[in-house]
Amino acid sequence: MERNLMKGNEALAEAAIRAGCKCFFGYPITPQTELAAYMAKRMHKAGGVFLQAESEIAAINMVLGAASTGVRAMTSSSSPGLSLKSEGISYLAGSDVPAVIINVQRGGPGLGGIQPSQADYWQATKALGHGDFHILVFAPASVQEMVDMVVKAFDKADEYRVPAMILADGLLGQMMEPVSFPEINADSHDKSGWTANGHGKKREHHIINSLYLKPDELENSVTERFKRYETIKANETDAELYLTEDCDILLCAFGATARVVKSAVNSARDMGIKAGLFRPKTLFPFPVKEINKASENAKKLLSVEMSMGQMIDDIKLAINCSKPVEFYGRTGGVIPTPAEVLEQIKKVGGAL
Amino acid sequence: MAKMTVITERCKGCGLCTTACPKKIVELQKEKRNKKGYFYAVCTDGNSCIGCAMCAMMCPDCAIIIEK
Amino acid sequence: MAVVFERPKSLLDVPMHYCPGCTHGIVHRLICEVLDEMGIEGDTIGVCPVGCSVMAYDYFGCDMIEAPHGRAPAVATGVKRTNPDKFVFTYQGDGDLAAIGTAETVHSATRGENIVIIFINNTIYGMTGGQMAPTTLPGQVTQTTPFGRDPQLAGYPVRVCEMLSTLTGTAYAHRVAVDSVPHIREAKKAIRKAFENQKAKKGFSIVEVLSTCPTNWGLTPVEALKRLQDEMIPYYPLGVYKDTTGGDE
Repeated sequence: MERNLMKGNEALAEAAIRAGCKCFFGYPITPQTELAAYMAKRMHKAGGVFLQAESEIAAINMVLGAASTGVRAMTSSSSPGLSLKSEGISYLAGSDVPAVIINVQRGGPGLGGIQPSQADYWQATKALGHGDFHILVFAPASVQEMVDMVVKAFDKADEYRVPAMILADGLLGQMMEPVSFPEINADSHDKSGWTANGHGKKREHHIINSLYLKPDELENSVTERFKRYETIKANETDAELYLTEDCDILLCAFGATARVVKSAVNSARDMGIKAGLFRPKTLFPFPVKEINKASENAKKLLSVEMSMGQMIDDIKLAINCSKPVEFYGRTGGVIPTPAEVLEQIKKVGGAL
Repeated sequence: MAKMTVITERCKGCGLCTTACPKKIVELQKEKRNKKGYFYAVCTDGNSCIGCAMCAMMCPDCAIIIEK
Repeated sequence: MAVVFERPKSLLDVPMHYCPGCTHGIVHRLICEVLDEMGIEGDTIGVCPVGCSVMAYDYFGCDMIEAPHGRAPAVATGVKRTNPDKFVFTYQGDGDLAAIGTAETVHSATRGENIVIIFINNTIYGMTGGQMAPTTLPGQVTQTTPFGRDPQLAGYPVRVCEMLSTLTGTAYAHRVAVDSVPHIREAKKAIRKAFENQKAKKGFSIVEVLSTCPTNWGLTPVEALKRLQDEMIPYYPLGVYKDTTGGDE
């Protein structure tokens, strides 16, 4: 299989095109701009549409329009831009319209910084817009995984009629790695039952809508969606378990941070500390059974994040607070080093 | 020969049709109401209707049908 | 006798929720008459705003999408760019189009998006109970301008057709009214022309329709028509503000 050296942001774009994405609507923001630039160059050759919108708000609503007609649509941004897109994402979710959203995270809050961060974990998994809803959230840790997850995100979004997000960060977006593009058979989900693409007088008119003025009707639509989330939770969790079978201390990290943590785990093992790594690849649904399996023999857990501690909430919930969960994080765009993490492993786990 | 028919249950009694009729033969009921409680529009003189459909064009609720 | 006037086929046969005398129903009908006459109901996707006409999707027989407040032109852009052979229109009120959605409106126009915007200007927010709109006239009393709109405090009304006609991307900008049968006939012609422009790929067309809101103006429906004539038309003169499409229909 052909392997190319590619930048993360560009690999995301190429993978989307190969996955059958027919339109990309974007707005420049560091550190994801290469994605839009790549789309601008390549999308028309693939017979698709690239358009630079006047704002992130407009871009996500263009996605809403395009995806409502049944085509695969995508937008990308970085943290402050996601705040603006949150309105449109809530409408996508409420209207059961599938689409893919990329967040190449940077530091916050506010304008924050432009260096890598994971401080949008809460936003992505819990509060990406108003109302009762979730979206699928994938957390790649390499350029290859970015490719694979974009393809999967489109498929799963179509399958469940929910928006899906790739929660990357500035480190993954900017780094170059060898990557291969698998043969992609874009899952052909039949969307003819709901799309608003002109009925040709052959069917009833379709309405893409999230408004229900009668409370019981709104409640029904939300509870139906939450039933789908239950199916998603049962079938779609994914995680990497590394040296977890005999571990005394289980480190938990996602995305780029997990690469740093893996080095630290290896160093700890060299020193005789039984450390392991749990790396969720899906953040919603959170891999509950996987973390429980990984932590079966562990005495302590240590969550390492590029934030002040957000995923740690889900870890505690997932294991029902049955074991102590410690935290180590850097924020504001500072990337933790393997040496720092090793120090924490020694501090937390050395005495086990 | 022309005929104006009001779909009385669709009429909201707004009276816009009454302003449009060149023959001044469209009025609102003064006592009879429809099920929603509106004094609906009626043609007071069918023989004078010329079928110009101006009443129907002013109607926001498509409650008037014109035949000719 | 044969039927010479009735509900157009693409306007669904359901009661509309609008207040008595609200002119939304007239404009809905005109759009549907045009869809029927051009035979394009099956190839049309409409985009609803947030406001009184938020539920217009229940009335139009074509496929419909409900957009977030002000975002209808962006949603329409997404539809049209991926379905260039379909007809796409938005139906938006003054708060939706000229306040919260100003950016989407201006940029869809300046890009020359090949879409139709039907803009309902009734100088007030109707759905929320009668607050100041970007088009509220100086001196007009609303819930949020209880002493009348004072331009020193609340600024001046936005004249949308005039503003959009300055943009190169705008192909057609026409202000019409639905206060009388002659004006309604003119409005129909403008809407037809806007859709014909889209068919001929001539670009961005906006038809601004001066409309009434009897309930929130505190007037009877008939008095509301008079206010439209006496107060709105002088401030918002009717006519074609821009037409680069060449020729009539």
